Amino acid sequence: MELQSLIYLFVGLSFALYIGIAIWARAGTTKEFYIAGGGVHPIVNGMATGADWMSAASFISLAGIVSLKGSDGGAYLMGWTGGYVLLAMLLAPYLRKFGKFTVPDFVGDRYYSDFARTVAVICVIFISFTYVAGQMRGVGIVFSRFLQVDVNMGIYIGMFIVFIYAVLGGMKGVTYTQVAQYCVMIFAFTVPAIFLSLQVTQTFLPQIGFGGTIPFQFDDGVKMIESGSYLLHALDTSMTDLGFGAYTVSHGGTWNVFMLTTALMLGTAGLPHVIVRFFTTPTVKGARISAGWALVFIAILYTQIPAVASFARINLIKNLQNVDYAKFVSGEIAGNNGTWFKNWENSGLIGWTDRNGDGKMQFASGKAFEGKGKPKYDGQKRGASGERLTTNSMPQHNVSSEEMRSNGKIVNELYLDRDIIVLANPEIAGLPNWVIAIIAAGGLAAALSTAAGLLLTISTSIAHDLLGQVLFKDPATGKSTLSEKAELVAARLAAVVAIVVAGYLGIHPPGFVAQVVAFAFGLAAASFFPAIVMGIFYKRMNKEGAIAGMLSGLIFTFGYIVYFVFMGGDKADYLWGIAPTGIGTIGMILHFIVALVVSKMTPPPPQHIQDLVESIRIPRGAGGATH
Amino acid sequence: MNKEAAEAYWKENVSLILKLLVVWFAVSYGCGIIFIDELNAITFGGFKLGFWFAQQGAIYVFMVLIFVYAKRMEALEEKYDIHE
Repeated sequence: MELQSLIYLFVGLSFALYIGIAIWARAGTTKEFYIAGGGVHPIVNGMATGADWMSAASFISLAGIVSLKGSDGGAYLMGWTGGYVLLAMLLAPYLRKFGKFTVPDFVGDRYYSDFARTVAVICVIFISFTYVAGQMRGVGIVFSRFLQVDVNMGIYIGMFIVFIYAVLGGMKGVTYTQVAQYCVMIFAFTVPAIFLSLQVTQTFLPQIGFGGTIPFQFDDGVKMIESGSYLLHALDTSMTDLGFGAYTVSHGGTWNVFMLTTALMLGTAGLPHVIVRFFTTPTVKGARISAGWALVFIAILYTQIPAVASFARINLIKNLQNVDYAKFVSGEIAGNNGTWFKNWENSGLIGWTDRNGDGKMQFASGKAFEGKGKPKYDGQKRGASGERLTTNSMPQHNVSSEEMRSNGKIVNELYLDRDIIVLANPEIAGLPNWVIAIIAAGGLAAALSTAAGLLLTISTSIAHDLLGQVLFKDPATGKSTLSEKAELVAARLAAVVAIVVAGYLGIHPPGFVAQVVAFAFGLAAASFFPAIVMGIFYKRMNKEGAIAGMLSGLIFTFGYIVYFVFMGGDKADYLWGIAPTGIGTIGMILHFIVALVVSKMTPPPPQHIQDLVESIRIPRGAGGATH
Repeated sequence: MNKEAAEAYWKENVSLILKLLVVWFAVSYGCGIIFIDELNAITFGGFKLGFWFAQQGAIYVFMVLIFVYAKRMEALEEKYDIHE
């Protein structure tokens, strides 16, 4: 079958499946809407958590990041998995025993303060929206490239699908759809990974093939790499030849890798849309086991990512170095069909500029285009070999001596977007059409499942925490004056508004979607993680300490990121050389210190709060969640 | 359940968590970041050991840690008769 029809078929089938599940798993009560009734089996919950957690960034971008960064990509792999150890031991079981619906529920009740609750709600909404904007953008990119519809139209379609199952099904619908999406996503990632592993190393499992040998020889542009070399040794050699530095050696500096890993781990453990998943298991024991299963399901993808990253890197050097552009893209080179290059060139994710005028592509370290490195196309103008012309190509024949020396006399002519590593990998490797088609369905599953989880968290925070627990609270009884039915309507309306806002952010991206991810993790690490852990493990922590700690962690982290990412702060002024992506770690430490000092100087929490802490530490008696 | 038993249970829980977090720190920060260059001197197959921990090994150990914790906590809750 034609590639295009296959893509429509796979994407259409997966969408039909999600909508079918949504209709089957409609939510009738607030408990079903918020926490799927609290009766989700730990393995099912683990799978749904995996899909919820693994976003468009994990599926589409992470292999590209690792492929470009080499050894230092480990910070992302460890950071985004290690947080689950903290979740399983320090947060999930006790929050499950606490037995309410949301993270602001816990913060507000444990610190007996509606001010603390409101701060928590604002954090939840801010963190979740920054995250969801990126998902919507991911949906748009997959649609525009694979289904050849406009990016904006892609986002409308994505909004419509999420609307159906999040608004109708609430947490119950989202949970069961996420299980289906996990299966689609993991199939879509694993099949090409196995194909690649067989092709590059003749080994079935990518996790093992990654340490295997290559059955082919290739010219990296400087010298010949022998067949039978270990894949990683071949990569080290050719990347050193081309001026990138060895693939398996860390270049980022221990200190910054340490800070980034910590911010990602603690951020993972503090992200509200992940934490809330553990409210849905039937028991405390289930919450612990469920975190383990979630990590197993995540690890199935995450252990393949570095393998795919290395396969892709070697394929790029082997297939592109010193290859004639015109023959390549017209498919005239046997065994190395480059028609994919043209498609991705049109979406701006790859670009070539013939700097030495030989008609062949050269790949080495350094920029081929000025500015941020992305090619800016000059209308539809084409060059001598048929390549798209740009307005920001680096000057031809005018190459600095530094550039010549460091790259084995090769001048870089290629721009590669990191997203191309996963999206174009099957095409680069010449895999069958149906493998390419399932990548499209997998990328959409990853983006939609995360978007739905986030949108639900936003709507719950607005309807349950803000309306139910703050604005419509009866001061006499401390209970919400909204009926359950009214709250459910409010939650659904909030979900609709959240989807529209998310779609708007996807269509008019703030232009810094990649950077705002640092925001989400930094703020989660600096706000929720310390507040919740101290709420459980330190009985003496009081309202004054918690509020002072949360505000100082938040304001410090927020201010640092805004100053250095958005206001053009100079790198030389980094605090102890820490990049904004890792600053959440310092915010977290600040939070702990301020909270401990302030709580020592103020009265201990009332007796009923101390009793509450004692009760959440003991598993017995974890009934269903109470309103 | 009386107060002493609750405190003893909690103490055992916290000490178990601390032990497991030492392993958590050792495989990720220790092997994958701080001592990565030293461990890279050791190779098996095509892998350098430090690189392998940062990109594969740490993740496998994380999974084991969570299941060990869940299992040990079940036993602990049986012991104090506070299982659900």
